Amino acid sequence: MDLRFTDEERAFREEVRTWIDENLPAETRERMASGRTPTKAMQVDWQKRLYAKGWAVPHWPVEWGGQPWTAIKRFILSEEIQSTPAPSPLGFNANMLGPVLIAFGTDEQKKHFLPKIANLDLWFCQGFSEPGAGSDLASLKCAAKKDGDHYIVNGQKTWTTLAQHADWIFLLVRTDTGAAKQQEGISFLLADMTTPGITVRPIITIDGAHEVNEVFFDDVKVPVANLVGTENRGWDCAKFLLSNERTGQARVGASKERIRRLKLIARETPGGARPVMEDPRFRSRLTDVEVQLKALEMTTLRVLADENRALSQRKPNPASSVLKIRGTELQQAISELYVMAAGPYGLAAPDDPEASLRNEPAVAADWQTLAQATYFNWRKQSIYGGSTEIQKNIMAKAFLGL
Amino acid sequence: MDFDLSEDQRLLQDSLGKLLKDKYGFEQRKAYLKSETGWSREVWAAFAELGLLGMPFAEDDGGLGYGPVETMIVAEQMGRALTLEPFISTVVLGGGFLRHGATAEQRGALVPEIAAGNLLLAFAHTEPQSRFDLHDVATSARKDGAGWIIEGRKGVVVHGDTADQLVVTARVSGARRDAEGVEVFLVPANATGVARRGFRTSDGQRAADITFDNVKVGPDAQLKGGLALVGRVVDETIAALSAEAVGCMEAAKDLTVDYLKTRKQFGRAIGSFQSLQHRAAEMMVCLEQARSMAMLAAMMAGERDAAERLRNMRAVKIEIGRNARFVGQQTVQMHGGIAMTMEYAGGHYLKRLTVIENMFGDMDHHLAALSEEGGVFVAA
Repeated sequence: MDLRFTDEERAFREEVRTWIDENLPAETRERMASGRTPTKAMQVDWQKRLYAKGWAVPHWPVEWGGQPWTAIKRFILSEEIQSTPAPSPLGFNANMLGPVLIAFGTDEQKKHFLPKIANLDLWFCQGFSEPGAGSDLASLKCAAKKDGDHYIVNGQKTWTTLAQHADWIFLLVRTDTGAAKQQEGISFLLADMTTPGITVRPIITIDGAHEVNEVFFDDVKVPVANLVGTENRGWDCAKFLLSNERTGQARVGASKERIRRLKLIARETPGGARPVMEDPRFRSRLTDVEVQLKALEMTTLRVLADENRALSQRKPNPASSVLKIRGTELQQAISELYVMAAGPYGLAAPDDPEASLRNEPAVAADWQTLAQATYFNWRKQSIYGGSTEIQKNIMAKAFLGL
Repeated sequence: MDFDLSEDQRLLQDSLGKLLKDKYGFEQRKAYLKSETGWSREVWAAFAELGLLGMPFAEDDGGLGYGPVETMIVAEQMGRALTLEPFISTVVLGGGFLRHGATAEQRGALVPEIAAGNLLLAFAHTEPQSRFDLHDVATSARKDGAGWIIEGRKGVVVHGDTADQLVVTARVSGARRDAEGVEVFLVPANATGVARRGFRTSDGQRAADITFDNVKVGPDAQLKGGLALVGRVVDETIAALSAEAVGCMEAAKDLTVDYLKTRKQFGRAIGSFQSLQHRAAEMMVCLEQARSMAMLAAMMAGERDAAERLRNMRAVKIEIGRNARFVGQQTVQMHGGIAMTMEYAGGHYLKRLTVIENMFGDMDHHLAALSEEGGVFVAA
């Protein structure tokens, strides 16, 4: 057992840090540092730079633009991106669809889509959830009927993140309504968002943001060539996709950056008799979150060391289930600390359009107006990607035999 | 980065696991508890034979030259079995003071005796007023020719009732809570003026309240290092206790999950109820977070930068405490009445975990200090 990074790994971290410093546009850096998500243009520009450097999809096979790296090295890259902070490669492309195509796609699909996905020439969104299929994803109803060389898709997807930016969508559809189990009879399709019959309608979340959407399919023609894997075996792709990149879900690098920034902010924010940071109660809550984050960082490294092994030598590791549950809890806890630090000035909503029309100065600092909005927004984390409750169901079954 | 155990380390884990399976069933443990010493001399001799008691000492001193990872492995196994023997007191605490503070001559004389199982040590530090502050020492040591005279009272000296030698902190200068002026002395437990009153701790182990009344010791009784030595040894001990807690938590979780599968109410195994499944899953989350911290502790135990080591150990102790409390409490809650009884192992895990939580600083103690010192992630 040796839990230290090697000299080579440390040198690589330095290399990454320097490269990001030299290549991340100032505008993007500024926006990310304020705690906002990148604009579409920023995301695309940054991912193209990463791809040119060979760093957009290091976990893919080398022939598709990956790197022959250890899991630790990949972790260092993603941690440095998160802690700058810079935009991470688009998850739908790099972590979800890419690996599915590599595992299940045809040669033509790989050749056509993988380079475009890695370079973000095509922005994909994910069409899984439906109004009646949330945690019980396999009960989905969006239907695809074969008609010659096409499927005709009818139905609705929801919670479709950034569908307003997307060029394409990967979606689960029901191709056989008579299957014995609901997991059977599902297929995995790729569809061009400009296809006639697709309508995107925004959903505004409680923080006022437009992040998620409803996507409607009305007699949408999808070429049969866009079926990934075997017809009616789409659930295999979905399971594979959901089990991928477990360590990414903890987002320890991003949380460490948020804490580092909060400490700086809280030192400069007046809190009555003393700066907020000098309030022993605030400070002790902050430290308590840091302690839990340290434990999560160690757990992440344990899972990584496990992912470094050959597939045949891997055992299911209960530590990996911890990552989603605790990782999201801690991100949420940090968002609460920002709300506490902002105090009364956290009441101001971000991006007041009236004020900006009148060209007035902001009533509160950027981070203060974002504090509550982020706190509201981040309640989503323990819901999406398999809610905390679903994670516990999985643990009870897979690891405890209950 | 490598979290795997070496072949030798796995062998150590297996052989101790076998020994404890053979000699430390819960019924056997009950008999050891009832014996005069409150633990088993026979098991202690078996530990010596396995090499556990000489493990961390240098080979030149008569030890095996093992490191913190081996201590972690051993302590974790002992936690699983809820052992009562003075391993932490003698080998980790007492042994730590000898390794880092004694002369080669002292080590040459004492280490082989410890390794053979003939010599028991205990750390006499806590005082009625000191709570968890290592620098708060009222016990005094004043010069007496070349030697010293020790005066004062130490409480809750774990395994102090059976120890042959006591490692005693005493003040040679300054006021009670000064950071300077604390020194460490090795005092024979049978020295004139040492009075011991043994008692049982809440988890069934043994401890002593000890008074030092005009106790004369020679010049060689003083170990080198003062309060920094105490800090170093206590940090190593926190690492060992954390591993022991992980062993306890894992055994408690296993016992609970087994019970959920076999106990029937409303005509079905209670483990089929989702509220209990989710709580069991949460126990597992807690166990894995604690295990990560015990590994961090093993890695940091040898860290020479005292501030860096302490910062990490504080984080470890807080996180171990938090998770130990959840797992201990839920072990009893999910079992129901049966785990409230002395007859059943479940409640004993809660007891041991609670004792560990309250040794060498509880969660609040370390949280207050750590936040005062700038937190876990200090600016690079």
